[in-house]
Amino acid sequence: MIRPELVCPAGTPSAMRTAVDAGADAVYCGFQNATNARNFPGLNFTVPELERAVANAHVGGTKVLLALNTFPPAGKVDLWKEAADTGARLGVDAFIVADIGVADYIARKHPDIRLHLSVQAAASTPESIRYYCREFNVKRVVLPRILTVPEIKQMADEIPCEIETFIFGNHGLMVEGRCSLTNYITGLSTNMDGVCSPAAQVEYIKDDAGNLSTRLGEYTIDCFSCNESAGYPTICKGRYLTPAHDGPYYAFEEPISLNLSTLLPDLMKAGVTALKIEGRQRSKAYVKSVVSAYRKAVDSIMAGQDPQISDLLALTEGQKETQGAFKSKTWR
Amino acid sequence: MAPILFHWSAEDKLAFYHRIADAPVDDVYLGEVVCSKRAPFFEKHYDEVADALTKAGKQVVFSTLAEVMLKRERHMIAGFCALEDFPLEINDSAALWHLNDKFYRVGPLMNVYNEDTMAYLAARGAVHFSLPPELPRDSVAILAAKAKELGATTEVQVFGRLSLALSARCYHARAHGRIKDNCQFVCEQDPDGMPLNTLDNQEFLSVNGIQTLSHSYLNLIGELQDLQDMGVTHFRLSPHTVDMVAVAEIFRAVLDGETNAKDGRAQLDALDIPAPFVNGFWHGQAGHRMIGA
Repeated sequence: MIRPELVCPAGTPSAMRTAVDAGADAVYCGFQNATNARNFPGLNFTVPELERAVANAHVGGTKVLLALNTFPPAGKVDLWKEAADTGARLGVDAFIVADIGVADYIARKHPDIRLHLSVQAAASTPESIRYYCREFNVKRVVLPRILTVPEIKQMADEIPCEIETFIFGNHGLMVEGRCSLTNYITGLSTNMDGVCSPAAQVEYIKDDAGNLSTRLGEYTIDCFSCNESAGYPTICKGRYLTPAHDGPYYAFEEPISLNLSTLLPDLMKAGVTALKIEGRQRSKAYVKSVVSAYRKAVDSIMAGQDPQISDLLALTEGQKETQGAFKSKTWR
Repeated sequence: MAPILFHWSAEDKLAFYHRIADAPVDDVYLGEVVCSKRAPFFEKHYDEVADALTKAGKQVVFSTLAEVMLKRERHMIAGFCALEDFPLEINDSAALWHLNDKFYRVGPLMNVYNEDTMAYLAARGAVHFSLPPELPRDSVAILAAKAKELGATTEVQVFGRLSLALSARCYHARAHGRIKDNCQFVCEQDPDGMPLNTLDNQEFLSVNGIQTLSHSYLNLIGELQDLQDMGVTHFRLSPHTVDMVAVAEIFRAVLDGETNAKDGRAQLDALDIPAPFVNGFWHGQAGHRMIGA
């Protein structure tokens, strides 16, 4: 079994230091603009910040992966090219890309820097992944969160690159890179602007009875009675009505987190060589506890010991969690 | 005429295509794009339908699955990519692996957002680009010009519900308390998609198996002149149960300058489609908006 790389979120310079100190093998981050899929206010790096962060991470041997994983709309591709050139100058260890044009630019201009295929590219078959490997010399694919562990194992045998999978964090229901629900409501695109359910268009409205409606733009995404805790209005985790279903229901999925801690040994045996923790929008405290717990778990498995799953399960205490598509085809 | 996205019975599809043979459309896309489980129901009719449409002077194009995961689906893609008789529209990058030195069309569910991606694919066989519906006007204008320079043609959806998301999970099955493997084809009950309303009963989305569409219908009849002026060559109508021959006739008349856009719009209104028209994406705004109606 190959020792997997623990790939951790770095939404801010301080979150990156925290992840590095907590034992991340690699951290991923982005610039403060539309070139990455977490283009949220208050997140991400300026050029000087990334310069310092790369130097700091490299002291302890932690790799820095730069997410350039959105799709530049026609007329704006220069922003992505400049981001790639800057990343190369600052010495990042890899670029995470989704767009064919961006992949081609980096493969030609910066052939010595590793290319990782983002989950946003939605490459879900050996054929698709082999295409990106052949055309752009992609070294690693981040798999869409739609495959079971046995399917991932089979995939590993059929592709010429490393596999990275998400193991923990927010669990989007739509195939990444193939969702324009946010744009339909808000005019900001997940693919082009790196935005999902933007906070600036979120509203919480309390009625006389104490019920709390959560809204995105002009649409109600959910409604909570007094004894429920209100979730953030993400479209794919809202409650809706349809004639075929009795009463309000989570048409896509409940507000739920991905936690693959119990599947960790199976994933590693299946040939997954990089384990990704989602959460660039999360606090330092969150990053510290999740990264530390997974660091211990991975090290235990590599030492032939049982990982302390209870630590990992406690991370989502009070919140619902799921193994999503990974455990069984019945999720679909 | 775009591929039928919904799970219509074979009978209904046959009737539809026999009517479309007489409609004023140039290209007709056949094939199951959304769910591989539905594909066997119509496979035996493709020869007959393609033949009838070709005899009626239509260019038949086969459109492939938008989400490819299973062995069966991978085989379907390989099979379509080996097809010699008809052009192919691809909707997932899995097909790119098979298409060395072959001409093909790129479907709207492939992510071609910019001129660099377009040029890369065009240099390797792509001859026609159907653009993602969320692209704003200014980007479409650049892509239409770029395609012309590359010797390729461009297509923009101008009518029908907007495809907004794909998932591995079947939301039709979920609404009926089932899972995808045991769906019993409940999606057949909703020939234009299953309505999804907000808790305050605002009409919002439309579910089609693993695909989520808008409740509203895209309508770019008011933008046709602009589309033509910027060099877009093909105008895509997405099939619904509304009289699609009438829809095609209205768009054709406006394209040909026989009807003005305002009258065309009034004729579309008169079809009484039970959903509002929208064009927000085109104007760089939220997709559910209707600008300048």
